[in-house]
Amino acid sequence: MKLDELTATFNKLPGAMPIWHGTVDATQFRNLCEQVKHDGGKLVALWGSDESPCDAGYALHVALVAASGMFCLTLPVKAGRPAYPDISDIFFGASRMQRAVADLIGLHAIGADDQRKWLRHASWPDNVHPLRKNFDGNTVFPTETDAYPFVSVSGEGVHEIAVGPVHAGTIEPGHFRFSVIGDRVLRLEERLGYKHKGIEKRFESLNLEQGAKLAGRICGDSTVAYAWAYAQAVESVTGAMPPPRALALRAVLLELERIHNHLGDLGYLGNDAALAFGFAQFWILKEEVLRMNNELFGHRYLMDKIVPGGVACDLDPQGMERILQLLSHLEQEVRILKDIYDEHAGVQDRFLTTGRVMPDLAAQLGLTGLPGRASGQAWDVRAQFPCAPYDQLEVRMATHRNGDVAARVIVRFEELMESMRLIRLILAKLPAGELRATVADAPENALGIGWVEGWRGEILVVLHTGKNNGIHRLHPHDPSWQNWPVLEHAIIGNIVPDFPLINKSFNLSYAGQDL
Amino acid sequence: MYQIIRQILKTGIKTETPPQADDALRVEAQRLQKEILGHIGRALTIRHVDAGSCNGCDLEIHALNNAYYNIEGLGIKFVASPRHADMLLVTGPVSRHMEVALKRTYDAVPEPKLVVAVGDCGCDGGIFCTESVGENYASCGKVSNVIPVDVAVSGCPPTPIALMRGILTAITGGTRSA
Repeated sequence: MKLDELTATFNKLPGAMPIWHGTVDATQFRNLCEQVKHDGGKLVALWGSDESPCDAGYALHVALVAASGMFCLTLPVKAGRPAYPDISDIFFGASRMQRAVADLIGLHAIGADDQRKWLRHASWPDNVHPLRKNFDGNTVFPTETDAYPFVSVSGEGVHEIAVGPVHAGTIEPGHFRFSVIGDRVLRLEERLGYKHKGIEKRFESLNLEQGAKLAGRICGDSTVAYAWAYAQAVESVTGAMPPPRALALRAVLLELERIHNHLGDLGYLGNDAALAFGFAQFWILKEEVLRMNNELFGHRYLMDKIVPGGVACDLDPQGMERILQLLSHLEQEVRILKDIYDEHAGVQDRFLTTGRVMPDLAAQLGLTGLPGRASGQAWDVRAQFPCAPYDQLEVRMATHRNGDVAARVIVRFEELMESMRLIRLILAKLPAGELRATVADAPENALGIGWVEGWRGEILVVLHTGKNNGIHRLHPHDPSWQNWPVLEHAIIGNIVPDFPLINKSFNLSYAGQDL
Repeated sequence: MYQIIRQILKTGIKTETPPQADDALRVEAQRLQKEILGHIGRALTIRHVDAGSCNGCDLEIHALNNAYYNIEGLGIKFVASPRHADMLLVTGPVSRHMEVALKRTYDAVPEPKLVVAVGDCGCDGGIFCTESVGENYASCGKVSNVIPVDVAVSGCPPTPIALMRGILTAITGGTRSA
């Protein structure tokens, strides 16, 4: 099976994105992964499913991206032997995804180096797999004390610093185990999964309409991206065609989400480099965006505004004028603040060469999204696989090769400016017409995939439909899955006090990967 | 340095010069700030614990620190250690994986202590659990299922103003729900 033949032999999924799906055997599975890696492609997501309702055992799925689009491979797995070949030697980022599949569905990657649990702590026994169909999601087990075999580093002068899950200031929970000599970090090991609240299982008790609200709450700072990806998946299985005006408004919302997140991060990055001025200034701008969102669309973070079939909001000429005015103001202020950051010796001293991931290492480890683009990994769904309205906009992707905090800051500045340009272009040609198409009930056992470039990177929502417009399996995938393990490499050789700065420059999601 | 000073002067004090559109909100914010100050006299320290949120509520807690709400300017400060805290601000349904950490954090806060549960999930478990059940294999549901709560602030997410109102209610003696 050749990679360049897949567009002919696989089924093209209906809908906005170039995605093909096919069933493979274990040999083809590994072989195609190797071809994608060899051709410079990447792994976007890996997940499992329990197919016992149709007597088909289990299945392991991967979503791969190559130059021509996305290929979703399904590998059937026998119920009697719940195992599949490891691919973490091909795609570094697969390791934690495989460990999560073992926790949640009980399928094991044969040959994988790391077989430790990942999303499971001590709230359910190791022989219980919550995403199996015979497991009732409301079953409660007594919580026990967790024991996790961290890798320990020994040697003269080495000591450990253990941080979290309740750590730093206002931040999501996670545990970081640093092995250090003096102030210098030899090794960092992350322990995540603290926020696991059974989102994937919960989806299976909802119908497609109810699922939209939950999709918008997988990761609050990326609610627009998730809601859009979910809508794309539903539209793919139901054949609903969102009207052009709705698509244009979705892009406006997505770019506003990118703008407010980048503004917030730029403020915190200044703050973490001891320039409190940066925090004060950027967070004024962020608050102005949030207030405008609330005023025009009825929600500060734009939750529940993208719905399957279209959007649940509109924009009148005064609203458009309001956005344009705010953009002019933002642009002017951001330019001033960028000059200040650029010229500030103290800030640049902290930013430059800190937390460096060189392009070679980034490619090897599969660094993706915003941090990927700051390390020469030129991937942006909006530019490479543009759906409407991006197909009319010629999105300019921001990439840099230095791979340090400074590069991740520059990418944010450039993407901010680009998002403003895109919103102006969209508003200049905002199509008139309907806001929402009728969404029919979905057929049973259909596959739909949504794929959206959120501000962190690509968000994937994979939907297998069930009976009565229900959900058989839904897997949402956050780019943080790929990037958390790379953060462990970015910190090596840096000093402990630079960790908050490096961590913030990646700004990865805990909620999005813990599910 | 000249640029920074120029920008600071140009920006002015946002806490006192609200944008026109949010005038009504602003008036309430100022009244709330005054009342909070009246009650706490000098200072209130808060430890935020994200016990499993989607991160939405946490964004609004971050916003409390921006120049518009300027909560630190009132003497309300977010601290890193629960041992330095008067109040816990807890977001999310409590995931079972955070149950032990939340209880330990609560125990570490010296008496007298206050707890404000934040957001629809903190109030009733939110969208992550079946409504009639209120918990699942991975979520303990609402915050008061795990630790005593003084005030619960609903909203998805609650606005910064709603959060300030909740904090004020807790200080002035909210009703404790076990």
